[in-house]
Amino acid sequence: MYTFSNRLKIASFILMAVGVLGIGIGFMAAPSTVEEAKAIVAGHGDGHGDAHAVTEGHGAEMEHGEAHDASHDEHLLHQLQNKPWASLYVAALFFMMIALGTLAFYAVQRAAQAGWSPLLFRVMEGITAYLVPGGIIVLVILALSVAHMNHLFVWMDPEVVAHDALLQGKSGYLNGTFFLIRAAVFLGGWILYREYSRKLSLAQDESNDDSNFKLNFRISAGFLVFYLITESMMSWDWIMSVDPHWFSTLFGWYIFASMFLMGITVIALITIYLKFKGYLKDVNDSHIHDLAKFMFGMSIFWTYLWFSQFMLIWYSNIPEEVTYFVTRIADFNLPFFGMVAMNFLFPVLLLMNSDFKRVNWFVVMTGIVILVGHYLNIYVAIMPATVGDQWFIGIPEIGSILFFAGLFIFFVFRALTKAPLQPKRNPFIEESKHFHY
Amino acid sequence: MASKVIHAFYNDDDVLMHAVKKVKAAKHHIEEVYCPFPVHGLDKAMGLAPTRIAITSFMYGCVGLTVAIVMMNFIMIQDWPQDIGGKPSFSYLENMPAFVPIMFELTVFFAAHLMVITFYLRSRLWPFKEAENPDVRTTDDHFLMEIEIHDNEQELMDLLMDTGAVEINITEK
Repeated sequence: MYTFSNRLKIASFILMAVGVLGIGIGFMAAPSTVEEAKAIVAGHGDGHGDAHAVTEGHGAEMEHGEAHDASHDEHLLHQLQNKPWASLYVAALFFMMIALGTLAFYAVQRAAQAGWSPLLFRVMEGITAYLVPGGIIVLVILALSVAHMNHLFVWMDPEVVAHDALLQGKSGYLNGTFFLIRAAVFLGGWILYREYSRKLSLAQDESNDDSNFKLNFRISAGFLVFYLITESMMSWDWIMSVDPHWFSTLFGWYIFASMFLMGITVIALITIYLKFKGYLKDVNDSHIHDLAKFMFGMSIFWTYLWFSQFMLIWYSNIPEEVTYFVTRIADFNLPFFGMVAMNFLFPVLLLMNSDFKRVNWFVVMTGIVILVGHYLNIYVAIMPATVGDQWFIGIPEIGSILFFAGLFIFFVFRALTKAPLQPKRNPFIEESKHFHY
Repeated sequence: MASKVIHAFYNDDDVLMHAVKKVKAAKHHIEEVYCPFPVHGLDKAMGLAPTRIAITSFMYGCVGLTVAIVMMNFIMIQDWPQDIGGKPSFSYLENMPAFVPIMFELTVFFAAHLMVITFYLRSRLWPFKEAENPDVRTTDDHFLMEIEIHDNEQELMDLLMDTGAVEINITEK
């Protein structure tokens, strides 16, 4: 049995406390009036002032210029007000996606009746335990958005929809009520599978036949069908719809690759941590090797989708599509291209050599870079539509990451203490113990 | 000088694996093992040096990538400048996304084909080559272990019989 060490528990509480502080500072610093917003931007430089000076030169267009300035300032205020919300939302999504990606990986292992992985099932079940609190937090943020507490989703604003024919056309799908119903169905389904599969997994330890194992196989296969549909819709609803005019048909796969990879990476990191602490004695380097192969492969898969999405839109150059990438390259140049280096070049070059995949600290180092890179992936997906060129990774962003990291550590490691780390009666446990490459 | 070798036949890959480990443990040098199919872990049991073909594969991939870059630069930018996707910049870097699929494909093409050719050269294989198997049964259902004899014929015979060989022959090589 694993015991949650006090040091780790205290560390998770400190992370949460510091995080709450950071989130609080973010909300306090957000402007509540147009004047405050202008003051904040003015403090950062005179980039905007120069542009205004030019408009003042056109006497005839003065009237129009002023109206435009007012709406611009209003927009700026909304962006700055969105910033703490968006940073909270990105971090909440990031950690929820780790748990969800792990759940998908776990279901794949169950449905494939994989022989190598049963030793890692308890680690995966521990990570997916975070799906319950993490998913509910995301749902609460979405509900607050629907309640107009923030402007993360522009299509939720009836004023905007009233002047936008495209959004009116989409309102049968993109409306607050249906949006929340869908979110509840997605989360309900995922949590239901997680809890039921965990129950069967524990029951298998005590039973004297394989009926629990077989039932788990069947529900996992069924869950994968449900998951692939709901995950795709989730990515449209929760991520793509912040840019409601833009759409991409492979977006669901793109987000799936990201969360699957994050899940596998965190499984590897926690497994290595537990081995380092003297648990999971039967997990050998070959298990780590296999996880690292998945990290390597899924990194390339993610890049493939990232590039496919980019190249088609870049090539066709249709204004309403290409604006998505124009914003990202103009305003988010460093994180947009930086994440490709972190998510592709780095893992490919470090994990290409077969022997390096067995060196634990190599896997840990690559894993941390992959996680930071995929945080940026979600960041660059959400921020351009919500805060625009006012983005900055500062106190609210880091505070949100720390808070959710603390919450994640607390729930995951608490779940790990609930059951023996090694499944007893899994029919493949012997194969898993003797797994070697 | 013709040397004498001993040929031990096995009809099961598990028995063969155990035999190889036993012969190695008795400090005899195994010249070669002929198998009808690849036996997992046999190279490690025989103490063969790890393959270096992955390194050549990486280098061939780099060559392929370079060829693709140079080739597309010549064809699409220098020799006959093309307007790609309505963006007539005529610069390699700005049109690079259009060339990524070619860069990827040629990397894979070079790595794969040159790796196979390297493997053939290194194994001294070419079309119409006379097979080196000492016995045709190694292409069907028998495994053959070849050990050179250095005045220890009887000792080797006993050891190999002990490992479960189904047949033992001594031939001049």
